[in-house]
Amino acid sequence: MTLTHFQIVSGALFAVGLYGVLARRSAVLILMSIELMLNAVNLNLIAAASYLDPERFTGLIIAIFVITVAAAEVGLALAIILRLFRNRATVNVDEIELMKW
Amino acid sequence: MSWYFFAALTVLTVGGGLGVVSTRNVVHAALFLLVSLLGVAGLYVLLLSEFLALVQIFIYGGAIIIVLLFAIMLTRSREYPNISDNKQWPLAALAAIGFFGLLTASFMANDADFETRNRVGFTVLARALFNDWALPFEVASLVLLIALVGAIVIAQTERQGQQ
Repeated sequence: MTLTHFQIVSGALFAVGLYGVLARRSAVLILMSIELMLNAVNLNLIAAASYLDPERFTGLIIAIFVITVAAAEVGLALAIILRLFRNRATVNVDEIELMKW
Repeated sequence: MSWYFFAALTVLTVGGGLGVVSTRNVVHAALFLLVSLLGVAGLYVLLLSEFLALVQIFIYGGAIIIVLLFAIMLTRSREYPNISDNKQWPLAALAAIGFFGLLTASFMANDADFETRNRVGFTVLARALFNDWALPFEVASLVLLIALVGAIVIAQTERQGQQ
């Protein structure tokens, strides 16, 4: 395996997540697709750190920070989704038109 | 031998992702997400970074999937077994395929043949994290704390007789 193989897998995962973000209606499923995209980025970072930067492995440490921020993001986003569901009785993003012009 | 592992983990990762974006049942979507994240953890093992694989399994497999399932249970409404995509899905598929093509082309364009990989030991990683990256580490812990306190404040129910 070379670096390119891992990069192509991560690109495929990112494209799948992009499709999910654009095509899904439920906010929970959009959140899951964002997690897929963050994992694709992490895979790319770790592959690059493992092949190109084995002395300082900066990508590996940045991946740890990405995982931290992803955990914070999931907690906060689910709180917002719960509040939205309590107020509007729906989590479909196309029925939440609060900020529509 | 490791080629077979790589192929199997690729199928697991991308197939799980496709399951997340295509299934009609939101609980199945969470389980597909778990499959995909475990596939990513296996790819980390192939990349010789076992620590990240462990972190991946603990945080994603243990914590994030559970929290997502909680949210699914708490926001279950009538239409839930029949969740649907919105009308722009052909456009979204086109954008995703185009983006994948672009990424693949740019990865192939500078396909230098890197074959050597080095194992990063736990001790080396810890020393780097707590010496060179100590300040970002503390900032990350602060971000996590503030985000979770904010989540509690947003999600808490109002008491009776209080705005």
